[in-house]
This record gives sequence, structure tokens and C-alpha cells, in this order.
Amino acid sequence: MKMISQKLKTTFAVVGFALSIAGTTISSAYAVDIKTVVSDKGIKALLVEDYAVPLIAVSFSFKGGSTQDAVGKEGTASLLTNLLDEGAGDLDSQAFQVALDDNGMKFSFNASQDSFSGSIQTLKSESARSFELLTLMLNNPRFDADPIERMKASRMNGLRAAETNPQAIASKTLRNALYPNHPYGRPSGGTLESMPAITKQDLETYRKNVFARDNVVIGVVGAISPDELKAMLDQVFGPMAEKANLKPVPETQVKTGETIAVDFNTPQTIITMAMPGIKREDEEFYAAYLVNYVLGGGSFSSRLYEEVREKRGLAYGVYSYLGTKDHSGVVGAGTATSTSNTEKAVEVILTEIEKMAKEGPSAEELEKAKKYIKGSYAISNLDTSGKIASVLSAIQSAGLGIDYIDRRASYLDAVTIEDAKAVAQKLLSSKPTIVTVGKTAK
Amino acid sequence: MKLKTTIAVAVLCAATSLTPVINAPILSGAALAASQKTGPQVTSFTLDNGLQVVVIPDRRAPVVTHMVWYKAGSADEPRGASGIAHYLEHLMFKGTKTVKSGEFSAKIAAIGGQENAFTSTDYTAYFQRITPEALEEMMRLEADRMENLVLTQEKILPERDVVNEERNARTENNPGSLLREAMNAALYQNHSYGIPIIGWKHEVNALTKDDAIAFYDKFYTPNNAVLVVAGDVDAETVKVLAEKTYGKVKRRAEPGERMRTKEPEPRAARRVEMSDARVRTPSFSRSYLVPSYYSNDTNEAEAFDVLSEILGGGTTSRIYRQLVVEDKVASSAGAWYQGGSLDETQFGFYGSPRNGKTLPEVEAATDKVIAKLLKDGVTEAEVKRAQKRLVRSSIFTQDSQSTLARIYGGSMTLGSTIESIQSWPDRINEITVEDVNSVARKYLKLKRSVTGYLKPETAAHKNEG
Repeated sequence: MKMISQKLKTTFAVVGFALSIAGTTISSAYAVDIKTVVSDKGIKALLVEDYAVPLIAVSFSFKGGSTQDAVGKEGTASLLTNLLDEGAGDLDSQAFQVALDDNGMKFSFNASQDSFSGSIQTLKSESARSFELLTLMLNNPRFDADPIERMKASRMNGLRAAETNPQAIASKTLRNALYPNHPYGRPSGGTLESMPAITKQDLETYRKNVFARDNVVIGVVGAISPDELKAMLDQVFGPMAEKANLKPVPETQVKTGETIAVDFNTPQTIITMAMPGIKREDEEFYAAYLVNYVLGGGSFSSRLYEEVREKRGLAYGVYSYLGTKDHSGVVGAGTATSTSNTEKAVEVILTEIEKMAKEGPSAEELEKAKKYIKGSYAISNLDTSGKIASVLSAIQSAGLGIDYIDRRASYLDAVTIEDAKAVAQKLLSSKPTIVTVGKTAK
Repeated sequence: MKLKTTIAVAVLCAATSLTPVINAPILSGAALAASQKTGPQVTSFTLDNGLQVVVIPDRRAPVVTHMVWYKAGSADEPRGASGIAHYLEHLMFKGTKTVKSGEFSAKIAAIGGQENAFTSTDYTAYFQRITPEALEEMMRLEADRMENLVLTQEKILPERDVVNEERNARTENNPGSLLREAMNAALYQNHSYGIPIIGWKHEVNALTKDDAIAFYDKFYTPNNAVLVVAGDVDAETVKVLAEKTYGKVKRRAEPGERMRTKEPEPRAARRVEMSDARVRTPSFSRSYLVPSYYSNDTNEAEAFDVLSEILGGGTTSRIYRQLVVEDKVASSAGAWYQGGSLDETQFGFYGSPRNGKTLPEVEAATDKVIAKLLKDGVTEAEVKRAQKRLVRSSIFTQDSQSTLARIYGGSMTLGSTIESIQSWPDRINEITVEDVNSVARKYLKLKRSVTGYLKPETAAHKNEG
């Protein structure tokens, strides 16, 4: 499990797109029967009961991700994702791993900049034990010295590898340039200096500060009744502190306009760029989301795909994204191309961004974007229990309300061509910061 | 680990990694376990033109996964034209006699659907995920491109550049992938599994429209394909729609039985080393040539799946316990088995030294685990635990129609039947301690293997490149 979840994380990190997917695109293609369940201790969850498959999927998210790492201890939240299953309660690492193995639930933990989240999937028949183990992981992790050292060693290996991974170099360079004096500019995975400095106490402090009842959202799908869920909520989340203790994170706007060429000897140059965006709660969000789809958000049908890949064969992948964080927003784009084509690819992308800023999408493109984004929600996000559970959790994180799935289409339909043009001009007119990683011309 | 193995076999056409196929078919072990008595009612029938159709109902959400699998992959390419299976996969999006380039994709986007395609050594598959109302149109368009593909010079040249960039992204920019290519080439001395799916760079650059059309005309025919429809559908409806659409495609070719050159009995252990300035963390890997689920009629593949769980299944496995937890010689380590190929496959080990430790130390520790295995064998308790893990994984697969579609499609393309897929958990449960010990002792011999070292570049190596 550990191997798989780490690998997946690396894969998705490559495309910063995931940022704008979770919690933002939810369609009204069909009705999902969502119940609100509140436990005796007042812990709330959204539930979709479904007995077609003998499984239960649980997804939860605490506000406060890597931004809550202490200064000089960057990577704490990230390291914590590896240590919750390395011994808890009376069971040391090996004993706990055997217990997890015997139980067989699937689980994963993830730390983003703004949240610490987790999910499990368990067979109905094994769920009582799964919930016990989850309770132990979240409330009584042991943080024994040996597993901490082992996981740090593995993380250090990853950090060393990232130093010569062109994608990782590009992300790091862009992040530093966009957020020079903000928690978002700090490396959420830590550094070769910060990782060794993290102690058992740092992990414990982080856990106590962030894992709290007023700070969590929970989504549950599958073979579980509301009463069973109430008991589970009190069991798993009941022992946590009532209130979280989060360091405030200031609002920030990204700093842009720089061009940074990192010299690195590899055949394909990584190109990534970004400029100020908007936040999820902004009124213009839906218009911006549609404009991004037309520009480079739609995989096989965007302007960037057409110009960079289809017409010119410059790249295998090309994208733009709307990155909405809790305290900032960003619009970005990127690709990877043979080093000799770097300037051409940058120019094509910038030309498309400028064109979109000046003219906006056409009425036809906007209609197509609306159709896609309305239709894609159910197809992409509502076909497995695990995905529905994360939607239920994401709806709450973004404060969207239990009826959001039904209302979403009307928000998209309300966007006029004038709205789209206005937001395109507003968001895409500034000069982006551009990072390239590859051989530079000498 | 699973993801790593997967990426090694499947080359995707994806424009971005947002598509679900990033997890593309894992046809070994856990993945074959699509069945369970509580599982979906899977049915199959064959059209008059030879197209095999598989229907996997999952009525929970109004979503349908529509896939066509061709029994043609990189291992079926003519010598010297490596990469043509994958290049053709890209070109299949360039339009037909009646459908313009991009029109199929536009229709999918118009309803919010997803699409992609992927190529492996043994098959090429195309899929769409759509709402049920759109199924007929998808079937009509997919059937159309099974026989009516039109390629123009103007379309195919930029796409070859795209494939080159895909190779750059996956392989040229990644020293680990370059070493993997060299290891595969060394392991397979006579079989085309030694050639990368995406193709050797110099051969890809020489591929032409004629190469693509020749491959298309030889293999893209209904009698060489499997259609899988999973999700919010029933078998009767699919049958009516399939006859109306695919039923009209003529039998275009008789590809016949898939006969590949066979590997000779391996005689010499092979070693491959690569140094690259881009490597910061060295890594060790070893692959043994072993049977797959389809390369012989024994239960050896099932035994290897059990062995792979015992040696490499997570943090309680022998390799991880010994190298990472006990000896602290590696920061990560494991073992894997990829049973879902038509011909002989690989059983692999990998490990990355913990800071201060070396590749020979990781290799020695791995060899110690293997030597102990061969001497003392596995225990009854280990076998039971591995069986439980493998079988339980089959129930989780029921939650995902696209996973089920990939498992059934991939397995049936290689020759499985619905019955053989569904009896997989039973066959796993029948594996004994002796079965596991026997495959380990028969196949985990150094002469059947290639060992790879990926190393940082040192001053001494600098001038070699």
C-alpha cells in the first residue's frame, strides 16, 4: 500500500491540475441520495448508502496541510502520512502491519499544502476491525524511533532523486518564484536539511494541532446504515481534540513576470509558467473554469492541444490549469518539448494565452465547455464508491452545501459570453513567470 | 509497485496524466481476480464476423465504459519497425473516410466523456467512458475506425514528432527507464519482449504511413478483437447495438495464431550497468525469466503470484523486512511478478541503498533472502496469508467498472475465458507450499536472470558518453 500511494502521488504531482479538480467540478447529471449524519458527539458526515457491493469507502480531510509544518521542519505533514500505520496503541510497527494485513483494508493518507486527508476502503464483513485500526492510526500512533528513521531514510532518498528530476526542479523553481515569502513557497515534501530535523515531538504536535473535530470533513459511501455510521464517527473521530490549533496563513497573490532558465543536461526541456489566478469562492470561478477548459484544460480538445500537439507535433502533453488554494489562486500552463523547440513552444503557448486574453472564447467554445464540464462530473467522479466519498468530503471542504451536485449545472449555465471574456482578460493579461529546465543555449 | 510494473508494459496515448489509464491494465495477480461469487453477471457472445463481445453490468451509476481490444501489440511488429503498434494507436485518432480527424474526440467531449488508448506488448486498446445514451454512437464510430482509417502525410508526420516527445518524456529524460530498456533487451535473447513498446528511437523515426497501414490491415479486424462494455447496460441491449454497428464490419484479415520466436534455455547470467549524471540515488534490480499465465498450462503462474506476495507484498514481506527493516541496507526494496503476458514473463526484485550503503550490499542482501527461500522454502502461514490478500483484492475490484473492463478485456484478449477469470481465486487458494517452493527452485536461478545497476556518474565515467 505504501509503495502504491507514494508512486501515485508522484505521478499526479507532475500535472498540477489535480488542484482544480477536487471539489470544483460536480455535475447534476444524476441524483445522488446524500444524507447528513450527525453523531452523538456532534461529528458530521455526508453519507450515500449503497449495498450493491459489500464495501464501505470513507474519505476525510483536515484543514491545514504543509502550511502547518514548523519553520525548519518542512516535510512534517508529508512524513506523517508514512508513519500513522507504523505502529499504534500496543502494537509496534511489525505487529501493526500484520494487523493491517490480516484486516485487508485499503488506505492512504495525503498531505497537500492546505489539508491532511485520508481514505479507506474496507469489506463490510471486516469493517469493525478496520474502524478500530483507523482509530488507532489517527489517535494513538506510536512514532517509534526505528520507523521514523526508516521513513526518513526513504524520504531522503526521494529528495535526493528530486534534485535531478527535471519535473521536480521545474515545480520547485516555479514555487519559489511565485511565493517567495509565504508558506506556499516552502517545500511540502521537506528538504535535505529539514527532513533530518523532524522529531517525534514535531509529528505529535502536528497531529494534535491539526486532527480535531472542528477541523474535519467526512464522506462515506457503501454498505453502512446511518446508525452504524454514527457509532463509527464517535469511535474514530470522537477521541480527537474539540478544536484545532492552526497557525493562520496569510492571503497572498503570486509574484510574476520573471523568466528563469535552469540549465540541466537532459534531452527534453520542461516548460512551466504561472500567473495570478482566483480562489474557489470568487464569483468569477465558474467563468474562469470554463475559460481554462477552452485554453488548455480539455485534454484532446483544447486550443493548446490543437496548436502545440496536433498542428506542430511539439509535445506529447500540454496543459493549462486553474489552481485554487485556500489563500491564493494561480493560472498556469506547461509542456515538455525537445530542447531545440523550447522557444517555439513557449511562444505558441504565450500567443494562445494573449489571444484568449484579448478575445476570450467564442460563443461556440463556451457552449462546448459547458456541455463537457456538466457531463463529465458523473462520468469522472461518481462511478466508484471511493470517488463519491471524496466528492462528499470535497463538497464540504469547499463549503458548497449538500445540494451542490444538483445546483452545479445552473452555476455553469449562468456564465455569459461577456462574463467569460471579462475573466479571460482579467486573468490572462498579466505577464507570467516562466520556468524552463533543460539545456540552455550557450 | 503495481504502478511501476504497469507503466513498464503499457504505453499510453494520453495527453495528460488526468486520464484514468494511468493505472492501465495490471493483468497479473490481483487484477485477474475480477471475480467473486458476489460479483457481476458477466456474459459473452460472438458476432458472425468473429468479434467477441463481453458485457459486465454495473447499474449503480449512469456511466458506461466501452473498450475495443485488438490482439496486436508491440511483440507482433515486424522486425525493424519497432513502435509501429503504438504509432498506429496514435494515428487511429486521425479520422476515417467519413469522420474528420478530431470529430470522434469532439463528440466525446461534447457529453463530458473520457477517452484514451494504450498499447502493450500483446494488445492495443481504445476506450471511451460515457453516459448510456451515447453508447450506440461510440460503437458506430469505433466500428467505423476498425475498417475505414484514412491517413495522410500531413497528419502522420507531426504525430511521429508527438511520439518522439512521448519517448523523450517516458524514457530519454529518465535514466531508470533507459536502464529498464537495456535490461529487457538483455533478458530476452530471442523474443520481441526485448524491444521497447514505444520502439527504438532510430526505428520510430523511420516509420511510414505504409508501415502503419500494413499493421492496421493485418490486425485490425473484428475476428482479432474483443469488445468490452461495462457499466449501466444489459447484455440484450449491447447485443442489439453491437449487431447494428460492429456487425456490419467485414472480416478484413485472418491474422491466425500468434506465434512468436521462443526464448532459448538461458545459460548465462547477464549484468547491465548504467551511469548517468542525472542519477542521485542508485538502484539495483534483477529480473528472472519465468512463465506467465498464458505461456504454459500449469499452475506455475498462480504459484508465482503467491510467491510475489510473500517476497514483495508490502511492508510485511520478506524482502522489505530483511533489507529495509532488519539489515537497514536499503531505503526501499521489493519484489514483483507480472503474470499477464502471452509469453514468458519476469519475476523481479528491486532495491535502493540507504545512504552510506552500496549497490553490492543491496544485491548481496537480496541474494541472501533468495538463498534462504531456496533452502528452507516458504511456510504454510505465509502461503495462507498471501492467498487471503490476493483473493480479497478481487472484491475491491468490483467497485470499479473501468477496472473490471480492463481485467476482462486484457485477460480475454490473451485467451482467458469468463470461467477461467472467475475461478482465479479458487486456483490461488489451491496453491500449496510445495507449489511455491517448486517454482522458486525451478526458476530463480542466476543464469535465467539479468541484474541491473543504475549509478550516479563518476569522474571516471564522464568521458564514456
